[in-house]
Amino acid sequence: MTVSADIDRKAPAEQHVHGDAKPDRAAAFPASRFLFPLAMVAVGVLVALAPYLSDDVELRESFLLAAVYITLASNLNIMIGYAGYINFGNIVFFGLGGYICVYLATSWHWPLPAAALAGGIAVSVLALAFGAGILRLRGAFFALATIGVNQAVQQFVANFEPWGGATGIYLSLDAYEPLGGPMAALWLIYFLLVAVMVASLLLSYAIKTSRFGLGLLAIGQNEDAAGVLGVRTARHKALAYSISAFLPAVAGGLFFFKSGIIEPVGAFDLTLSIEAIVMVMLGGCGTVSGPLVGAFVYEELRGYLLTSPTVSQLQLVIAGALLLAMVLFAPGGLVGFLHQRWPRTRAILQ
Amino acid sequence: MSALLEVSALSKRFGGVQAVADLSFTVAEGEILALIGPNGAGKSSVFNLINGVHRPDSGRIVFAGEDIAGEPSYAVAHRGIARAHQIVQPLAGLSVLDNCLVGACYGRDNLSISAGRAVVHEIAALVGLADRLDMPAGALTTAGKKRLELARALCGRPRLLLLDEVLAGLNPTEIERMIEVIRAIRARGVSILIIEHVMRAIMSLSDRVVAINLGRNLAEGTPQEVANDPAVIAAYLGDPKLMNVSAAGTA
Repeated sequence: MTVSADIDRKAPAEQHVHGDAKPDRAAAFPASRFLFPLAMVAVGVLVALAPYLSDDVELRESFLLAAVYITLASNLNIMIGYAGYINFGNIVFFGLGGYICVYLATSWHWPLPAAALAGGIAVSVLALAFGAGILRLRGAFFALATIGVNQAVQQFVANFEPWGGATGIYLSLDAYEPLGGPMAALWLIYFLLVAVMVASLLLSYAIKTSRFGLGLLAIGQNEDAAGVLGVRTARHKALAYSISAFLPAVAGGLFFFKSGIIEPVGAFDLTLSIEAIVMVMLGGCGTVSGPLVGAFVYEELRGYLLTSPTVSQLQLVIAGALLLAMVLFAPGGLVGFLHQRWPRTRAILQ
Repeated sequence: MSALLEVSALSKRFGGVQAVADLSFTVAEGEILALIGPNGAGKSSVFNLINGVHRPDSGRIVFAGEDIAGEPSYAVAHRGIARAHQIVQPLAGLSVLDNCLVGACYGRDNLSISAGRAVVHEIAALVGLADRLDMPAGALTTAGKKRLELARALCGRPRLLLLDEVLAGLNPTEIERMIEVIRAIRARGVSILIIEHVMRAIMSLSDRVVAINLGRNLAEGTPQEVANDPAVIAAYLGDPKLMNVSAAGTA
C-alpha cells in the first residue's frame, strides 16, 4: 500500500520536525528496559540470602509468607490491574495447585519441582477452559462467578476421596527425605518460593511492556473500544486468566508441601483471596511494583497485628479500614501515590 | 474506479425498529462518500454493521472482494476498516501515545510496539496531537478527544476509514482544521465513509453523497444533486435556513 510506504518514509523526518519533546523512554534509554528486571532479581537474591546468611528461621518464615503473598498479588494484578477484571476467587489457583502437587508427590512419588510444575500447568489449562466461559461475564457478575468457581472446586475436593475428602492429605516426614531431610527441605522450598516470586514480578513486567499487555490495558479501559481497534478481547482475557493462574498454582504446591497438610477449608480460603485484593490495592493496582510493595507491607503489618497483644483480635478490622482509606484517599495505592507526587518515579518504579 | 466497499440489500432490525432496510451503496477506492440523513435514519447502525459491532439480519458487506458481514470487530479492524466514534471512546487512563499504539499494533499490520511507535509519532503530527502524546487521554479537551479518535483509527493504517460525526461539538476554527486533516488523509489514498451533520463539510469534502431515511436509500449523487433533491429536502433539509447554508457551501 502507498499509505504504509508513505508512513515509513516520513516517520523519522516528522519526529524530528516536531521536536518530540518527550520521546518514549524505553527507546531513549534502552538500558532502563533491563534496569527494572535487574532490580527485581536483586530483590529476590537479597530476600533469599538475608535469612540464610544470618541463619534466622523466624525471618525466613516471615519472608516465605511474603513471597507467597507477592506471588498471589502480582498475578492477581494481571487480571485486576491490567485487564480490569476483579477475580475474587483467585485463591482457587493456589489451592488446586497445592492439591495436585501434594497428591503427585505423595501418591505417585514425583519429585517436588516436577509435581509443583505439573500443578501449575494443569491449573493453567483448567483456567483457560473455565476462563473462556466465565469471561463472557463483566463487572460484578464476573467477580461473583469467580467466587462460584472457588466454592465449587472446594466442594468437589471435599468430596473427592482420592484427595482425602474433607480431611485432606497429610505428608509423612519421609516425603522430605529426597530433599535431604526436613531441615534442608525447608530451606530449599524457601528458595524455590522466592524464585517463583521473582518470576511473578518478571512476568508482570514482561506483560506490561508487551503488545499483549497493551491489549489487556486497552480492555481494562474500554473493552468495546478495544475490540473495534482490533484487540481479540475474548482470547486476550482467557489467556490472561490462564497465565495469572500458573505461578500461584506452583506456589500453592510448594507452600502446602512445606506445610505438610492440605485440606479443603485451608486451601480454598476466600479470606486470603480478599486479602490478596487488599494487597494489590494497597500497593498500586496496574503497576508492576505495586503488588510487591502492597503484599510486603501487608504481610509485615499482619504479622505485627497478629502478635501484638492489644490489637491481635482486630487484625481484619484494621485491614478493612486500611482498604477503605486507600480506596478513598489514594486509589492508585502506595506506588500510584508516589507517581502522583513525584512524576519522575514513573520511569524508575514501573 | 473499483469498489472497495460494496453494501447490498443490508437489513437490521432491533426489536420493533427496522434500523436498516434493504440499504445498498458502494465506496470506491480513494473516494470520500458521505452518508447523510435525519436523526435516527440509521447511519450509525450502518457503521455498527460494517465494523462488526452488530450482525446484520440479511444483506452483504463486501470489502476488497470478500464478504465480511457478521465478522467480529477485531477481524474487521485487521482487514483495514477503522472507525472514529461519534461519542468519543478514549482509553481514558492510558496516555495519548498508548491509545494510538493500540490502534497501530492491533490494526491492519500487526505491528510490534517499537514499529507501532514510529507510526504513532507520524500520525500524531498529522492530526495535531504530537505535543500531547504523554498526556492521559482522559485529560484532553473535547476537540482533543475527537482528534484522538481520528488518530487512533488512522494508526491502524486502514484502507477504509469510518468517520462518525467527527466534527460535532467543534468550533468553526476547529472544524476548518479537521477538514484539512481529513483531506490530507484522503490524499494518502485512504477511502473515507463519513457521517456528518455539518453540511458545509459535506459539501466541500465529499465526492458523492448517499442520503438515507428510515434505514432506506433516499437519494444518491454529487453533493449538489443530493442537496437539491426534493425527497432529501423534504426528509432532511426541510428548514430553508439549512438550504441557504448548503448553497453557501457549494458556492
